[in-house]
Amino acid sequence: MGELRLMKGNEALAEAAIRAGVDGYFGYPITPQSEVIEYLTAEKPYERTGMVVLQAESEVASINMLYGAGATGKKVMTSSSSPGISLMQEGISYIAGAEIPVVLVNVVRGGPGLGDIQPSQSDYFQTTKGGGHGDYRLIALAPSSVQEMSDFVPLAFELAFKYRNPAIIISDGAIGQMMEKVELFEQMPRLTDEEIREKYRWATNGKLKDGTRRVITSLDLDPHKLEEHNLKLQAKYREIEEKEVRYEMLQCEDAEYIIVAYGLSARISQKAIQLLREKGHKVGLLRPITIWPFPKKQIDELVKKGVKGFLSVEMSAGQMVEDVKLAVNGRVKVEHFGRLGGVIHSPEEVVAAMENKIIGG
Amino acid sequence: MTEEIIIAGFGGQGVLSMGKILAYSGIMQDKEVSWMPSYGPEMRGGTANVTVIISDERISSPILEVFDTAIILNQQSMDKFEKTVKPGGVLLYDPNGISRHPERKDINIYKIEGAKLAAEMGNLKIFNMVVLGAFLAIKPIVNLENVMKGLKKSLPERYHKLLPLNEDAIRLGMKNVITVQEV
Repeated sequence: MGELRLMKGNEALAEAAIRAGVDGYFGYPITPQSEVIEYLTAEKPYERTGMVVLQAESEVASINMLYGAGATGKKVMTSSSSPGISLMQEGISYIAGAEIPVVLVNVVRGGPGLGDIQPSQSDYFQTTKGGGHGDYRLIALAPSSVQEMSDFVPLAFELAFKYRNPAIIISDGAIGQMMEKVELFEQMPRLTDEEIREKYRWATNGKLKDGTRRVITSLDLDPHKLEEHNLKLQAKYREIEEKEVRYEMLQCEDAEYIIVAYGLSARISQKAIQLLREKGHKVGLLRPITIWPFPKKQIDELVKKGVKGFLSVEMSAGQMVEDVKLAVNGRVKVEHFGRLGGVIHSPEEVVAAMENKIIGG
Repeated sequence: MTEEIIIAGFGGQGVLSMGKILAYSGIMQDKEVSWMPSYGPEMRGGTANVTVIISDERISSPILEVFDTAIILNQQSMDKFEKTVKPGGVLLYDPNGISRHPERKDINIYKIEGAKLAAEMGNLKIFNMVVLGAFLAIKPIVNLENVMKGLKKSLPERYHKLLPLNEDAIRLGMKNVITVQEV
């Protein structure tokens, strides 16, 4: 068993970055995720593993540092919160277009605009449907515990490098600020330049011995070539949708109704399900761990099994509910419930929403 | 066993650190724990509160509306959290600075003169440990040995010389809890 610690979600993520053998972190402080860069600075990872931690002059600078460093095949990451992630969107689109495997972290706060510093889930559209321009996708992992804040760092890198695609960990202010028990994984080694050259034939870290040049770009002025590139990206996205859907189902075996929720809302909904079951309602939880790729098939199977209704619970005005509706495709009732602007719904409010909108509705 | 606790008082009373020590003690006793502070603008100069959950099972919601135990350390928190104790639950409070004492008839109510006892010990900073001791006397969900291990884990090494003082404060709190009402 690994070392047990009581840590904040943000601290666990920062420690996991060091232990995952990350080469570089580039970031700019913003509440509620500033503990990430604070922890990394205090821990002096340069002395532990040689990892570089750099406070950039802005979020725009951080994402472009990621673009450049990532292109050399190094493991690099950044973290921010909603307004900061908005600033990064141009760079994210370039990185996706150039197929650079980087890891982004969004500890979501209330929006739109500067909003507030309380937890929110209103960046679902931005994360799963673009954000930046062009036809691209991010592999999006949504932790719902401090343990997953740690575990998803190496997982995000594994997926990013497997598909040469940016991955994002989408958390929220509460998961970032709360403390829970974490079992830390063992230190993983950083790759040497030689190993990177061997392993990642695309990386631009020097000419190959046979003289071949390696080029990374998101620009191609020939539309036919760019279409070809886009088709290649789309084929990759279909493969990810096929192979990388991750989810958790709780108490779904006998469930007549399902709550679909990720991150903090999934935790709150678990309590709501306990209360609903005490009242005699057979309710289960489908928790998307990857919000893209989304567990569409699993929802389809639940409908086929006879589930009578779905409640999508998210701290937003109703974003993920659109994906639930697409998967259900009109066969049974789908409703949304969620508080806005950084207000967290209570388990009791979720119970009332389920009773009023789905079971009795 | 699942114990859902709210600790509430002024910022600076050691509310968050009491919760942290309790959570760490839970880990030492092989429990699942969560510590969820109220954070943001409401903390500035005002009230501070933290939800601590200690359980034998995986913890569901870290955010709750009702609690098994409320530890209340100022009047604003009394006004806000007395009503959130589950019927049959526990309300523990320090009467220092309280103008309206708890009025519920369906909960167990206990008092601890935390501020007074800490002052008598000559160190106001250990106030929160006296209160923690009182809570552990009412609900021994973690044993003292694990509390001390938790304390050691959550204090930076330069403060380890203060561990015996903290232990004395916890023991003092354990001995001095006053039962107001049991249901």
